[in-house]
Amino acid sequence: MRASFVFSEVVTGLRRNITMTIAMIITTAISLALLGGGLLVVRMIDKTKTLYQDKVEVSVFLTNDISASDSGCVNDPCKGLQAALRADPAVEEVAYENRQASFERFKRIFEAQPELVKLTRPESLPASFRVRLKDPDRPEVITQAYSGKPGVDNVVDQSEFLDRFFNALNGFRNMTFAIALFMAVAALLLISNTVQLSAFTRRTEVGIMRLVGATRWYTQLPFLLEAMVTGLIGALLAIGLLVLLKMSFLDDVLADPIKANVVRSVDGIDILLVSPWLMLVALGISAVTGYVTLRLYVRT
Amino acid sequence: MIRLEQVSKVYKTSTRPALENVSVQVDKGEFVFLIGASGSGKSTFLRLLLREEVPSKGRVYVANFDLTRMARRRVPRLRQSIGCVFQDFRLLANKTVAENVAFALEVIGKPRHTIRKVVPEVLELVGLEGKAGRMPHELSGGEQQRVAIARAFVNRPLMLLADEPTGNLDPDTSQDIMLLLERINRTGTTVLMATHDHSIVDSMRRRVVELDLGRVVRDDARGVYGVGR
Ligand SMILES: Nc1ncnc2c1ncn2[C@@H]1O[C@H](COP(=O)(O)OP(=O)(O)O)[C@@H](O)[C@H]1O
Ligand SMILES: [Mg+2]
Repeated sequence: MRASFVFSEVVTGLRRNITMTIAMIITTAISLALLGGGLLVVRMIDKTKTLYQDKVEVSVFLTNDISASDSGCVNDPCKGLQAALRADPAVEEVAYENRQASFERFKRIFEAQPELVKLTRPESLPASFRVRLKDPDRPEVITQAYSGKPGVDNVVDQSEFLDRFFNALNGFRNMTFAIALFMAVAALLLISNTVQLSAFTRRTEVGIMRLVGATRWYTQLPFLLEAMVTGLIGALLAIGLLVLLKMSFLDDVLADPIKANVVRSVDGIDILLVSPWLMLVALGISAVTGYVTLRLYVRT
Repeated sequence: MIRLEQVSKVYKTSTRPALENVSVQVDKGEFVFLIGASGSGKSTFLRLLLREEVPSKGRVYVANFDLTRMARRRVPRLRQSIGCVFQDFRLLANKTVAENVAFALEVIGKPRHTIRKVVPEVLELVGLEGKAGRMPHELSGGEQQRVAIARAFVNRPLMLLADEPTGNLDPDTSQDIMLLLERINRTGTTVLMATHDHSIVDSMRRRVVELDLGRVVRDDARGVYGVGR
């Protein structure tokens, strides 16, 4: 196998169908960038989940007068509620958070927005029991038992909020995957089309190659490599797009929640980890598509 | 060298067989004309030898290959031992004369130093030593056919198949091409040439195999084109 021969064939082939080549690179890049985006969201969800693992709590908020009067939880009904929660078999741990402690936590979370903190008085925040469950998947046990009890304002199941949050992220991920799939189909058809076109424009050459006894490697490898080279260029472009997207957009949008430890960010490392997969997918798809196209449409 | 045993070929899209019960043997070093009217099956005969087509019935042997049983991946080996020229030359328009000839060696993986050595040699053999750098469109028809012959012969094949190589050429130029094919034949290469050019066949006095509607109607050791059966 003469590498220089195959290489020069590939270069001529790509240049001869330059418009198709560009269309192929762009579609491949966009579809891979979407796939990569989806994969990054998956990583972000995973990392954010660890952030909340064994922290999922049910908050039992107390009425305003208890919040105001019983900062140490020494009188009924606060004392009684605390005892009942401690005795509850579903409960792992109970902590009482009075109005002042609640305010401190609020300040910590919204440290990045001092205006908000300045506007908030401790009096607007209720005292609460923060309840950790033995089985974090069954918060309704507590919600049902304690909602409406005397002294209880309302019971908030934090996992409900988290579920909604993760559902939104999952939805976003699914959407990018779906669009990526559509784009991938477009990319696939374009690759197939380009390979056919390429084989057609070089049919005289290929005909002569077959006549003088060139093996399938020689007649078909250039077309296959053409498809794979464009696929790879598409993948590199997609990776560039992801980096650009992270630096110019994601980092700004997520700056506050990241600081407040609400979500985990997408790091350069994440993109680095996703990149080889994108390249592999690009090479795999273009190679398979090219091969199948040659098998179906081009006589050997 | 070449042996067809009761070969029939029916194309999928046609009802009449292109070849019917054809048995022909050609020995090493022979020069054979394959004649017959248009549509008599000459090109089909040659395509079977190249295994571009497989027979519907019968057996085909070329060199030491049994073409009817041959695996597809061995077809390139067979074709490397056969040179081919056609009526329409089939040169690559964007390559020079030398590049066209070198192409046939490049694509079968011959090393560069071999190519550099044998391409000028074969161009000299066909009488094109001064025109290595020309493009095909800068050559006459006869010269283009010489390039095609050089390309077919550069790998020193055991046999040369020519499908109406003079079909696009005037009589004088055709005569030159025939002299070249004779010269190639004298190096020991078997030459099988399909043609319906009477004067060429008559002047050469070589073996003539005549086809008519796919059947062999004549096989003369020293034939003329004649008037058919
Ligand atoms: N690829 C093909 N498909 C169908 N029929 C063909 C094909 N090639 C040739 N034929 C038919 O086979 C017969 C012989 O053709 P061919 O071998 O080309 O004859 P020749 O070269 O003597 O003119 C003709 O009737 C022709 O129409
Ligand atoms: Mg013919």
